[in-house]
Amino acid sequence: MRKKNKVFGNIIFCVMCVLSVVYLAPIFIILMNSFKGKLYISNAPFELPNAKTFAGLVNYVEGLAKTNFLQSFGWSVFVTVSSVLVIVLCTSMTAWYITRVKTRTSEILYLSFAFSMIVPFQMVMFTMSKVANTLHLDSHPAGLIVIYLGFGAGLSVFTFCGFVKSIPLEIEEAAMMDGCKPVQTFFSIILPILRPTAITVAILNAMWIWNDYLLPNLVIGNKFKTIPIAIQYLKAGYGSIDMGAMMAMLVLAITPIIIFYLACQKYIIKGVVAGAVKG
Amino acid sequence: MQESYKKYFFLFALPTVLAFLIAFVIPFFMGIYLSFTEFTTVIDARWVGFSNYIKAFSANNEFVNALWFTVKFTVVSVISINLLAFTLASILTSGIKATNIFRTVFFMPNLIGGIVLGYIWQIIINGFLYKMEATLTTDPRYGFWGLVLLMNWQLIGYMMIIYIAGIQSIPVELIDSACVDGATPLQVLRHVTIPVVMPSFTICLFLTLTNSFRLFDQNLALTAGAPSRKTAMLALDIYNTFYGKTNWEGVGQAKAVIFSILVAVIAAGQLFLTRSKEVEG
Amino acid sequence: MKKLVALLLVMVMAISMAACGGTPAGGNGGKASGTEIYFLNFKPEIAEVYTKIAADYEAETGVKVNVVTAASGTYETTLKAEIAKAEPPTIFQINGPVGFQSWKDYCLDLSGTKLYGYLSDKSLAVSEGKGVYGIPYVVEGYGIIYNNAIMEKYFALSDKAVSINSASEIKNFATLKAVVEDMTAKKDQLGIQGVFASTSLNQGEQWRWQTHLANLPLYYEFKDNTAFDNTVLAGLDAKEITFKYGSNYRNIFDLYINNSITAKGLLGSKSVNDSMAEFALGQVAMVQNGNWAWSQIAGVEGNTVKAEDIKFMPIYTGVAGEENQGLCVGTENYFAINSKVSKEKQDASIAFLEWLFSSEKGKSYVTKDLGFIAPFTTFTDDEKPSDPLAKEVLAWMEKSGVTSVAWTFAAFPSEDFKNYFGDALLEYAQGGKSWEEVETVVKDSWKSEKAK
Repeated sequence: MRKKNKVFGNIIFCVMCVLSVVYLAPIFIILMNSFKGKLYISNAPFELPNAKTFAGLVNYVEGLAKTNFLQSFGWSVFVTVSSVLVIVLCTSMTAWYITRVKTRTSEILYLSFAFSMIVPFQMVMFTMSKVANTLHLDSHPAGLIVIYLGFGAGLSVFTFCGFVKSIPLEIEEAAMMDGCKPVQTFFSIILPILRPTAITVAILNAMWIWNDYLLPNLVIGNKFKTIPIAIQYLKAGYGSIDMGAMMAMLVLAITPIIIFYLACQKYIIKGVVAGAVKG
Repeated sequence: MQESYKKYFFLFALPTVLAFLIAFVIPFFMGIYLSFTEFTTVIDARWVGFSNYIKAFSANNEFVNALWFTVKFTVVSVISINLLAFTLASILTSGIKATNIFRTVFFMPNLIGGIVLGYIWQIIINGFLYKMEATLTTDPRYGFWGLVLLMNWQLIGYMMIIYIAGIQSIPVELIDSACVDGATPLQVLRHVTIPVVMPSFTICLFLTLTNSFRLFDQNLALTAGAPSRKTAMLALDIYNTFYGKTNWEGVGQAKAVIFSILVAVIAAGQLFLTRSKEVEG
Repeated sequence: MKKLVALLLVMVMAISMAACGGTPAGGNGGKASGTEIYFLNFKPEIAEVYTKIAADYEAETGVKVNVVTAASGTYETTLKAEIAKAEPPTIFQINGPVGFQSWKDYCLDLSGTKLYGYLSDKSLAVSEGKGVYGIPYVVEGYGIIYNNAIMEKYFALSDKAVSINSASEIKNFATLKAVVEDMTAKKDQLGIQGVFASTSLNQGEQWRWQTHLANLPLYYEFKDNTAFDNTVLAGLDAKEITFKYGSNYRNIFDLYINNSITAKGLLGSKSVNDSMAEFALGQVAMVQNGNWAWSQIAGVEGNTVKAEDIKFMPIYTGVAGEENQGLCVGTENYFAINSKVSKEKQDASIAFLEWLFSSEKGKSYVTKDLGFIAPFTTFTDDEKPSDPLAKEVLAWMEKSGVTSVAWTFAAFPSEDFKNYFGDALLEYAQGGKSWEEVETVVKDSWKSEKAK
């Protein structure tokens, strides 16, 4: 049956190739425009740079200076990596606890975590930034770790719970017989078993936190700018937009993600699928 | 065993629970309370009953417009994303060459953040409209279709991957035996593929529905509501009410409560409907 | 796995330490032993200069000045958020009497300070009763900036349609219109692509129209109210407006968009930077903006406009008696000191401002880098800014028989009023709204925003 459709298959293959090119085109258009003078971008975004419009690295130099991009990059990496580590560690422990200890509290916690997943951020954005301020969580980006742990707990605990349920109790019972304390049991037995789920949770949270704009902007945006905040500030913050700098910063914002993606795409795609199926 | 674990609550659950209280539970209940008050700084809240809720609808029609815009946008993008993603997934599982490369390409936009995506598409759409002497702000319809396009570009890859996983879970023998029985490809699709893929469909529907309905960053970057707030979705309208006007924080909070209820109802309703379908299938 | 986690942890710590070390406006306020002041800056275009000034001041006095700049159009909301925080701004800005009403509780009485003593015209300050709560620090003017080289080229043409011979003879709207329309007809001869630079109507780039240009019709409307001797006060009192001079607004706005370098449908994508660049590159002859735009014009690469060719002309709209109208001159920038912070911080904040406007180093920053026309007696005549636009503003202010137009937009009810106005203008330019609908939007939103 497949052989009969060989011609058809080739046509499909060509269509997909064209589609892929179209799919990637936006990124190349931005890349191309980042090398053009800032006045030649919005009028003719599809034209290749020529002798008159080529601006070299000017947009990059100006954009970097204007947005303090390297610092933003540092903050983004710091917030994302540390939040993800804390989330994975804390929520896996919590998920294990509330799955194993069947009390009223555990049940209420499980339901509240599940509920928090669907509540839109706008519901708590104002009050949450007030609470964060009262507790001085906004005086350093590290404060965001607490917020992300709390706000990301829903999805992460939920995902871990689904997996913990499938771990047979016998393993833990055997460990306890051998004299393992619960802390030991968790770190030397449960956590290694949870590894694939931990990767899933880490990836889902990293994708969210790295790209998050509104939450960090409301909490620490005036003093510390992560990458999305820096990009948005470029549009609204200087009285008038500088298209050249904008293009250059868009390229710089995308590049690390693409590199990261190409390097770990196996894990990312697997993680996303696993997360979706569990969720 | 349960008993021996129990006393470890402080170590295992407390950090998460505390953060959850700070970031979600306390703000959530404070938010519900504040939606019935007039306030600027939380401390000076004054009880006003339901007047914020009435004001949300009666003061101007921005909220109602945003609601309709959001509903229309959600319907169109949910349908288009799922159709296209399923089509791509079927093609990529039909045994053509270089499947992995295509998968990599289509999934990539999903990792780019909403703000960045918004500006990328603003440049491109304005570039096309330039020849017609128009921009994204000329007509709210341009903003609408621009957002749909953006959303498709971002989410098709994601949904496609979930569908691929679903399709690959179909046992090959099942399809083969169907073919032997003389089923047409369409019949195979209808009676074999779709029922097995149903759980993936539930998930994709849920993800596209909630993501589209709650969209904010992309909306802010692409149109910011222009022209005259006709392309503002609910989340952006709430944000504008909160931070764009003085003394409207109570109304903003009331809108947020309504928004939350809507999202909860939609999510629950959708899960209920498709899960019951799965059982039948 | 363990190794990976350890590696990541080390990375995080290294990055966080590096990031902390490099923060200019560090958030760990209060930890340093010396006094620290927090200045919430209103003007994003000069944010970098303030950062330099702060560094210099710290080197000289040991007092740390945190400069935080609000994104344009968000000053009020930023201030609202920041002032409720544990480390609130010590120096902030109010935009005049309207701003004072909302921030009254936070404004310290400055009547006894040297800074107030320096003010050359004490009536400029925001005061209530005997107290002085806001001190203006910059006087600015705006109008139509034109490139005299292009204008001279036009007036030298033998077939020009007007009888006057220089741009300085344009004294009313009728003449302006005749000149502009004839220039559009002859634009190829003049080597320009349009008479006016793009009317920037992109989001956040509309302030030249919904604030500055809108000032004129409302200035005249409130001037007709003889119960007040000041148009701002009349405006603050007005619950409703008739937009009596709306047709005058339309006159000039139509002239801008019909003789523009950019097609009407594309104005929604244009920014202020675009328009200033078009002017600087000599593609257009005129652009509406204020003296602060000099740095933008001078900063464009390939700038062809010579400093001596840059002139100002008042914005004529066809109001009777406009021959004597001058530029729009005023200020929307008043310093206020937070009355809720410690006495120590208040004194340190005042000392910083006094240093900025009276020490040699501070004054040099003000005139050279900030480019302010500062209304203080501490500045001698040769310490006035030397850029061509500021000089033109000063010259227009001193012209006899000419009355400057006051900045009446200080009385506009809210940011949202301006935004509704701007949105309506965009739709009008794109053909989505009729002029009558624009007028309705202006009148209705004034009323509803005032009612809150």
